[in-house]
Amino acid sequence: MTTTGTATLQRSADGEFVAASGDWTLAGAPALGALVADLRRRVSRGVRIDAAGIGRIDTAGAELLLDLADGGEVGGLDANRRALLDAVAKVRHAPVSMPPRRPSLIALFERTGRAAEQVWLNAYRLLGFIGLILVTLVRTVPDPRRWRPTALAFHLEQAGLNAVPIVVLLNFLIGAVVAFLGATVLKDFGATIFTVELIGFSFLREFGVLLTAILIAGRSGSAFTAQIGSMKSREEVDAIRTLGLDPIEVLVLPRLLALLIALPLLTVLAMLAGIVGGAVVGAFALDISSTLFITRLQDLGAVKHFWVGISKAPLFAFLIAAIGCLEGFKVSGSAESVGTHTTSSVVQAIFVSIMVDAMAAIFFMEIGI
Amino acid sequence: MTAPENVITVRGLRNQFGAQVVHENLDLDIRRGEIVGVVGGSGSGKSVLLRSIIGLNRPAAGSVELLGTEMTSASTAQRSEVERRCGVLFQNGALFSSLTVAENTMVPMREHFRLPQAMMARFAALKIALAGLPENAGAKYPSELSGGMVKRAALARSLALDPDILFLDEPTAGLDPIGAAAFDQLILTLRESLGLTVFLITHDLDTLYTICDRVAVLSQKRVLVIGPLSEVERYDDPWVQEYFQGPRGRAAEAAQQRLHAAQPH
Repeated sequence: MTTTGTATLQRSADGEFVAASGDWTLAGAPALGALVADLRRRVSRGVRIDAAGIGRIDTAGAELLLDLADGGEVGGLDANRRALLDAVAKVRHAPVSMPPRRPSLIALFERTGRAAEQVWLNAYRLLGFIGLILVTLVRTVPDPRRWRPTALAFHLEQAGLNAVPIVVLLNFLIGAVVAFLGATVLKDFGATIFTVELIGFSFLREFGVLLTAILIAGRSGSAFTAQIGSMKSREEVDAIRTLGLDPIEVLVLPRLLALLIALPLLTVLAMLAGIVGGAVVGAFALDISSTLFITRLQDLGAVKHFWVGISKAPLFAFLIAAIGCLEGFKVSGSAESVGTHTTSSVVQAIFVSIMVDAMAAIFFMEIGI
Repeated sequence: MTAPENVITVRGLRNQFGAQVVHENLDLDIRRGEIVGVVGGSGSGKSVLLRSIIGLNRPAAGSVELLGTEMTSASTAQRSEVERRCGVLFQNGALFSSLTVAENTMVPMREHFRLPQAMMARFAALKIALAGLPENAGAKYPSELSGGMVKRAALARSLALDPDILFLDEPTAGLDPIGAAAFDQLILTLRESLGLTVFLITHDLDTLYTICDRVAVLSQKRVLVIGPLSEVERYDDPWVQEYFQGPRGRAAEAAQQRLHAAQPH
């Protein structure tokens, strides 16, 4: 039944003509396309075509048949096929040409330039957005009627409470790893006991807060972007605006405040978990009893280091929330855009957190804390 | 044309979500080459019926025969074979937002046939033109199109493989009257030239009066009545009477009669 279409050059009393037969459908299009190209080289323009032998024909076949005829007459069609051919002939035009690709080296420079500009624009817009948040915050805080306790509680649960298991587990494991690593190096100097200082110092000052910030950037910052982004693409953000509400106040402030509260609390848990991880390794593998561990921690001046570490938590929280929400507002239209901006949000938030942490380390070192 | 044969046969269809029964013992026959309009109140299960026929929704009971294949018991390969011969235009277009219109149209060709890129581009341009879009629309992304153009682009994609049956879910909803009328004419033209069978869900009374050969009324969990519009609008049921004899129904009918008077056949 299904026979691939074919066309042959034939001669009759009144000149040559092409006899087409078989099925002229999309399935056989590649072969037919090659056949048509070949025949067109051999016959003169506007050759007569006898299509009486054609089995099934669809728009793809009609397009190829018209291509073969090239303005010539196509005979032997019944009314339905004539209608199909006419419909295709009426709308035929050259395929849409793709924009020409520029030489790759120039394109490389162009992309580099665009990316560099984008970095600058991102920083500029982030600063503007932070200003906008602060202004809205100052306007909203004195007016308790404009607080949104329900939204705040919801985001506290989502970004704070639900993150507790992963934050605690991750810091516990890293605490144990750092203790092992430290003990291995320090053993050569007979100074295994300084593992306590290593754990205390690193988790109170740096690791606790930084690991939590990175986890929250990946977990909550990305969620903020995706939530606001899909609201933006479905015009929900516009709806908020037309209802006389401020999107910053409705969408950003509850998320920002939730992170401002949750991140320091999570950081305390992270520090504890890291130190416990170190202490467990110490007790079971390094012969450092838990009493000794705690005594040495107290001698270290642990409280001072705790404040150094925890002071950075609100800063990270603010930046992660601001970046997450801003990237959400940048989303436009497509599903792909939501994905791009979510990725961008996580990368930026982690980058900014580490950069601010490095700057803070230098700052605290210079002022001698 | 061959003698009328059924391309869609639905027997004893039952759909339910939880305790809510949407369809109960629903029968429907659609013949080759006709345009059938499906109407019904909101929530009467028009879209669920469409989804059941094209296999997106597994019915609780009953059989759906599509182009001679029993869809509920067919193998994956058989289903794929039949689905390839169906074009679906979803209510909101459902174009892939990360692809251009031309690329959207090429997706089914690319997935089902091995065609050279240049040939696919040519066929895509043809389908886009058949759907009544200007030449430059192919390079645009769905977010850059107006509502009417999105519908036409989605139609171009649903025509990509030259389907035997075209399913349209509210094709004229959200279009301005001129655009809606043009879309109606486009469906008619495509039916005449491509020999399509069209299953059409609509609330647009003008569409019903202009292009539908038969109208099916979905009510009381089944197809209450199906037939030419002149028969359906006389059917003795309060909902049907209100639908067709209400102010909008009468206006659409009057408009259609004026149209016929203006262009005598």
